[in-house]
Amino acid sequence: MRDIAVVAFSQSICVADAGAVNEVELIMPQLQAVYDQLGLASAQDVDFVCSGSCDYLQGAAFAFVAGVDALGAVPPIRESHVEMDAAWALYESMLKIRMGHADSALIYGFSKSSPGELPIVLSQRLDPYYLAPLWLDIVSLAALQARMLLDRGLVSEREMAEVVVRSRRNAMANPQAQLAGEVSVEALLAEPAFVAPLRRTDCCPVSDGAAAMVIATVEQAQAWGKPYALITGIDHRIENHNPCLRDLTDSVSTRQAAEAAGVAGGAVDIAEIHAPFSHQEILLQRALGLGGDTVINPSGGVLAGNLMMASGLARVGEVFRRIVAGEARRGVAHATSGPCLQHNLVAVLEGV
Amino acid sequence: MAELAAVVGIGQTRYKTRRGDVSMAGLLREAVDRALVDAGVEFADIDAVIIGKAPDMFEGVVMPESYLADALGAVGKPMMRVHTAGSVGGSTALVAASHVQSGTFKRVLAVTYEKQSESNAMWALSTPQPFAVHLNAGAGGYFAPIIREYIRRSGAPYNVGIKVAVKDRLHGARNPLAHLQLPDITEQEVEDSMMLWDPLRFLEACPSSDGACAMVISAADSVTGTKPPAWIRGGAMRSEPTMFAGREEVSPRAGRDCAADVYAQAGITHPRKDLDCAEIYVPFSWYEPMWLENLGFAGEGEGWKLTMEGATSLDAGGDIPWNCSGGVLCSNPIGASGMIRFAEAARQVRGDAGNHQVEGARLAMGHAYGGGAQFFAMWVVGADKP
Repeated sequence: MRDIAVVAFSQSICVADAGAVNEVELIMPQLQAVYDQLGLASAQDVDFVCSGSCDYLQGAAFAFVAGVDALGAVPPIRESHVEMDAAWALYESMLKIRMGHADSALIYGFSKSSPGELPIVLSQRLDPYYLAPLWLDIVSLAALQARMLLDRGLVSEREMAEVVVRSRRNAMANPQAQLAGEVSVEALLAEPAFVAPLRRTDCCPVSDGAAAMVIATVEQAQAWGKPYALITGIDHRIENHNPCLRDLTDSVSTRQAAEAAGVAGGAVDIAEIHAPFSHQEILLQRALGLGGDTVINPSGGVLAGNLMMASGLARVGEVFRRIVAGEARRGVAHATSGPCLQHNLVAVLEGV
Repeated sequence: MAELAAVVGIGQTRYKTRRGDVSMAGLLREAVDRALVDAGVEFADIDAVIIGKAPDMFEGVVMPESYLADALGAVGKPMMRVHTAGSVGGSTALVAASHVQSGTFKRVLAVTYEKQSESNAMWALSTPQPFAVHLNAGAGGYFAPIIREYIRRSGAPYNVGIKVAVKDRLHGARNPLAHLQLPDITEQEVEDSMMLWDPLRFLEACPSSDGACAMVISAADSVTGTKPPAWIRGGAMRSEPTMFAGREEVSPRAGRDCAADVYAQAGITHPRKDLDCAEIYVPFSWYEPMWLENLGFAGEGEGWKLTMEGATSLDAGGDIPWNCSGGVLCSNPIGASGMIRFAEAARQVRGDAGNHQVEGARLAMGHAYGGGAQFFAMWVVGADKP
């Protein structure tokens, strides 16, 4: 199988409300940024384009169609779209390169969640016959999961607060972060419950924005002459949808994906984990088999800024950035989708 | 470099206006179970599941693949959701094929559906967006002016669309799965039906259907089942924006480029001669002559002549039958419609198309388009292993 490298990445500064800026205007600066990193003129300079977005966040059928406007008009391009986080657009693009139909691919994800109430919108992602009619929102579902972890003694509220403290602190060095700063565990624990046992600080913010990435064969990456990181393993697995039919205190699909991606095949210097709620970071760290030697979420993770439909791709991008900057030799990126971590993707990146 | 892949199992539901007797999962399982039986495999033999459908608003369920994972046997496996507008059925087949052609998996399940009776597609397509052309009247209203421009340029007689409407319904009468069953339809009846979007009459438009279509795609060394495999000889996708200055809307370049790509992969130099039949996305009658030209089956301005001569009709013994299954004009569960085209092309080269079989078909094309005729997905399948 052909070796595939990440060669460029950019993401928006996470903001709670991008105002009058539309989706295309959110995407275009990120595309331009990755073109600039590689000296490309436009999307015509890559062989394949794939994006991830969700119609419902925009409140329109075919909302992603306008995204194509960000790519230029003629000639027509080889292009595809997943109604998923763009981490899965990365996966589809890698298949295209592996089969020899492309040597390079542009991937982007975007959303503008601010016009709607995201937790309520996503409640309509639940089983339409049994769960969606309850209007069970995703924060409440995550709270149920946290409650199970606490009740079984697998996680403590203090540990959850420590995750938030580290996220905010790491985010101080991340210019794209939405929430950053020095906070103390005690101050966090003194906060009132939001959806018990979750405090507001245990929940990710909702951010408007986009992220873009370029991947290529090693030959193409070398021809561009820019530093790159190899994707040495990638896999994703899904679990049963119904929260009553799986163990919410574990992430079996993450374990399966981590094994298939070869996470345990070497030391992991850094990991970017897509954990929208503090307790999920602890749970996922265990499922990924990561020990104390691994720096978790050096960017602050999605607790510091959460670009819906692009956060998973951004995790891969963050690991890439640190590897090419020489801060890490081998890293793990994780993306999640669905209520209570239903679907998980794991990628291993290595420097050359 | 791509690994060889083939369709080894196909399953479809019967298409109809409303399937109130089954859930979405139940609808999908009808098609999936049939595809697995056709391939002689079980869920345990499937490595990954790739699902496609048109906008989530058509049923009112956000990213429904999450809820469908269990019913589709995807638990513990990779599952991917494709959405490329009306072309999604074709795109999903191609994305599924890439799971095998990349050498990553041995056998995958591809499935697409639409349960349009759950919601109202006309409404779902008409939510206004800032700074975008507002569509109050659904897809027909969008395409009618483009069709009128085709008629103006080509000088085609007024009844070409009527002829297509009758031809595809007679084809559909041979296919027990087709939604519209109109074995006695006449040109007069089509002409007398209500004008919806001039020049498109009621009977020149596709129905709105519930239904699902599934395929099992295997690597060459993992072929199963008792029927011959349909070898994937080429696959291509192209996209262009909905609007830009100077856009050729009658014969979009994305369609022409996509066809040229897939023909080159399959070694096709003369599509009308080299292909035995084709399943082409024709939701409105006039798109048959327009796509005949766009896809190179006829020269510019000449497509309508093939239609009028009966070249695309199985009943008239035409040399290049189009949409022997009845096509989109007979059944249109939107998210599945593209995959039905791809699957029906595969049925033809497997010699398994029942009463709408083209005698001795060896090479067939499947085609799908979506959005403002801006997203294209195509494949060519053959009986002969390349």
